[in-house]
Amino acid sequence: MTSSGVRLSALRRKFGNVHALDGLDLDLAPGELVALLGPSGCGKTTALRILAGLEDADSGRIIVGDRDIANVPANKRGMGMVFQAYSLFPHLTAIENVEFGLRLRKQSSTVRRRRAQEMLDLVGIGAHAARFPQQLSGGQQQRVALARALAFEPSVLLLDEPLSALDAKVRVQLREEIRRIQLEVGTTTLFVTHDQEEALAIADRVGVMRAGQLEQIGSPEDIYRTPATPFVAEFVGLSNRLAGRVTGDVVEVLDTKLPLVGSVQDGPATALVRPESVDVTADPAGAGRVVAVSFLGPLARVTVALPDDTLVVAQLESARLPELPTGTAVRVVLRPVPVVVSAG
Amino acid sequence: MTAPTTGTLGAPTTTAVRGGRRHRSRLRDLLGVVPFFVYVVIFLFVPTIVVVVGAFAGDDGRPTLDNISALADDYIVEAFVRSITLSAATAVLGAVLGAVIAYAVVTAGPDSLVRRLVTSACGVLAQFGGVTLAFAFIATIGFSGFVTVFLKDSLGIDIFSGGVWLFELPGLVLVYTYFQVPLMVIVFLPALDGIRPQWREATESLGGSTWYYWRRVAAPLLAPAFLGSTLLLFANAFSAYATAAALVSQGAPIVPLQIRSALTSEVLLGRENLGKAMALGMVLVVALVMWLYGLLQRRTARWLD
Repeated sequence: MTSSGVRLSALRRKFGNVHALDGLDLDLAPGELVALLGPSGCGKTTALRILAGLEDADSGRIIVGDRDIANVPANKRGMGMVFQAYSLFPHLTAIENVEFGLRLRKQSSTVRRRRAQEMLDLVGIGAHAARFPQQLSGGQQQRVALARALAFEPSVLLLDEPLSALDAKVRVQLREEIRRIQLEVGTTTLFVTHDQEEALAIADRVGVMRAGQLEQIGSPEDIYRTPATPFVAEFVGLSNRLAGRVTGDVVEVLDTKLPLVGSVQDGPATALVRPESVDVTADPAGAGRVVAVSFLGPLARVTVALPDDTLVVAQLESARLPELPTGTAVRVVLRPVPVVVSAG
Repeated sequence: MTAPTTGTLGAPTTTAVRGGRRHRSRLRDLLGVVPFFVYVVIFLFVPTIVVVVGAFAGDDGRPTLDNISALADDYIVEAFVRSITLSAATAVLGAVLGAVIAYAVVTAGPDSLVRRLVTSACGVLAQFGGVTLAFAFIATIGFSGFVTVFLKDSLGIDIFSGGVWLFELPGLVLVYTYFQVPLMVIVFLPALDGIRPQWREATESLGGSTWYYWRRVAAPLLAPAFLGSTLLLFANAFSAYATAAALVSQGAPIVPLQIRSALTSEVLLGRENLGKAMALGMVLVVALVMWLYGLLQRRTARWLD
């Protein structure tokens, strides 16, 4: 399979007065899976649709391999695409859906049928080849859509929130399947989602978008552990907003000095502290009081109210819950990991 | 029979009580539709039975096949052929024109003013048949219609130079098409609404052109609804009476008018049961059309929600 790198350069797209894309730059290495993550209206789907050829950019370049395809129509781009839902042709069986792109490429019926069956087997749905989409569950339909998008060996695979219409359990299963298959076939993949957990779990790199621009792009760990901006810190994962004071390259919060990500002017600031960087221990002399406990399986979240009414959420092993019932007096300690701050 | 002596005696009794309650509840639910069933029995089943029985009965009430045999008479066969031709022509014309208008309406957007105006207008016009419609056409393009007079006086064009076509089969085709087109718009719009934009985009991303999309995706998906709607239009035209009755005063070119003649003729008496035989023929034609419609529905049921 030929997998191409992709470069989106200074892409702009306006809908009325709204800048859906405002000079987006994005590179995908051959075989890489990049997830575009962001809130609704940030431009991530517009970027994907422009790459697919389903929307036109107002300006900018779209390079796939070494070719600018900005003026190439969608049906000549050779990109596989999986939509959010309902994209299978309802009058065709699963295997006929997968054969659709191969038929367009004038493959013989024998080759088509064999390849389509291989792809259905790859996505784990080979036994349902003769079923119509309506006879398949949502997860099975998306597997067929994935098989269809990959069957003709596209240069790039585009996934437009393919899991958002599925229930939670199927979503987790299928995202792992998508990653396994993507690694197996090695197709360069752009995955658009608004689900941070999904993006962090599946991607080689995650690009966080805001107002038509990339706010930060990096490995899932980088995005989570060292967010470049307060927006990324708040959008990806949970963060406690704690008042502190910046002095040099540290911010002092709850009597703990935490190293800063980036540089900020000295003065009052709000530090964004992850719940897992907060520890809580029962202490009759402690200033905090447990006000809520959420059991999350192996982990738990404990919400503590401080004397100034600030709420701090700590993430702990759930085995520690018996010692921290609601109302317990506790001491809150922050781990000295780098944090992002926003002014004031 | 030996009475059960174990402690399980109560179980079937409880089940029976529950079953009885369910049964009563179901009967209560059905009470609401009793008026509808009564209506259907009085105005559909009873007339159908009267027609069927009458078709096989002579004037004296004895069983006979004379009425059925008379259906093979030339003038009755010709009336059936004309009725079927009229219905098929207006169904196809109405279906094609209506589908084009419906597509234009769909492309205007789901909440557009155009859509609201067109669907409202179609809702009215689809029911605008009978004497009113016939009069509208006579007043417009009848012998003294204002368009006819204008064309003759101003442009020297006589639209009746070839004959009195408005009051014959061609005229009926024109007038029937008038209410067939809006009916098609109404019944075909939901099918067009069901076509998802993702299917076009998926076709494009897989390498297909617009033409390929229409040929391989949209047309096969819309075909059953289109054909089904066409059959519905056929049945609508085939059973229409009032418009033709108001427009055609000479002769009885189509079956409904032949039935009227058989029932009301003061020249030939005692032909009521022949009228019933013709009505039975119409019932059979419509039943055949509905059977075909059912086949199409079954085919699409596999595909669509």
